[in-house]
Amino acid sequence: MNEVELLAAPIFELGPVSITGTVLTTWAIMALTWLCAALINRRIQLAPAATPGALQTALEGIITTIENAIANVAPQHTQQLLPFIGTLWIFLVIANLSGLIPGVHSPTRDLSATAALALLVFLSTHWFGIRAQGLKNYLRHYLAPSPILLPFHIISELTRTVALAVRLFGNMMSLEMAALLILIVAGFLAPVPILMLHIIEALVQAYIFGMLALIYVAGGLQSQQLRQQKKQGVSNA
Amino acid sequence: MPDLSSFTLASTVAAVLGISLGVMFPALAMGWAIKSALEALSRQPEAERAITRTLFIGLAMIESLAIYVLVIVLIVLFRNPLLEYLVK
Repeated sequence: MNEVELLAAPIFELGPVSITGTVLTTWAIMALTWLCAALINRRIQLAPAATPGALQTALEGIITTIENAIANVAPQHTQQLLPFIGTLWIFLVIANLSGLIPGVHSPTRDLSATAALALLVFLSTHWFGIRAQGLKNYLRHYLAPSPILLPFHIISELTRTVALAVRLFGNMMSLEMAALLILIVAGFLAPVPILMLHIIEALVQAYIFGMLALIYVAGGLQSQQLRQQKKQGVSNA
Repeated sequence: MPDLSSFTLASTVAAVLGISLGVMFPALAMGWAIKSALEALSRQPEAERAITRTLFIGLAMIESLAIYVLVIVLIVLFRNPLLEYLVK
């Protein structure tokens, strides 16, 4: 069971920092994605003369799907949110599915990796909100609709960040551990149904993580819009 | 060590009971959620995208409760923090 531990073991030390398998896999995914992006960038054109090739169509399809999903939740801030949420989605799909490669463990199986991503989402909510509305307005939305709800607002923000991290970690780790246990108990080809479940769960959990991150950030961005609309409605009426 | 064997027995029984109860209630909740989503869909088929999206998000939230139970049970079974106090 020492390969599927709940805590990752460090592989080597780089000064005061210990590099675990999770970090190495994340670096490999980053290098792979960067390489693909750099290679694809040479081959696609902004305004193709003839009909676009299959690669460009596929890429545009992916980006358009992500953009439509973001526009469904936050139609006025789509271009602002597209880099962050799109990167989150693409990275999570690749990272979750990388657990299927024999010998590779998905980095999201480690609680530190998912906690880092959840912390990113938590801080992004504040960043986007403060950048869109200013510090005072953004902090004031914690006191709306009533200052009594302030502790509940704070508790709910902290809890949903923790829940985001534990949901992704629990799903990925339990799928890998279940596959390992079935392999130990039942023999060679028995984990194949669990691996099919792993594929589905990896995609669903990546979608859910990105969608929840989108909803939280859009909630931070739009926190003042309802009050402004009400004010405009009152002054117009 | 009789202390260790009774501790192992108790933790195994607790783990099995915990996982079975901890999965039943989210399963019931998911059934209700899917039932309401299907009723809403049958009443208004043109809202399919919104209903499907909300359904999946709700199902993932409910499923994460079952995942919390699974994580605790796996910790109790495989990496029990109290074991090192008894083995000492």
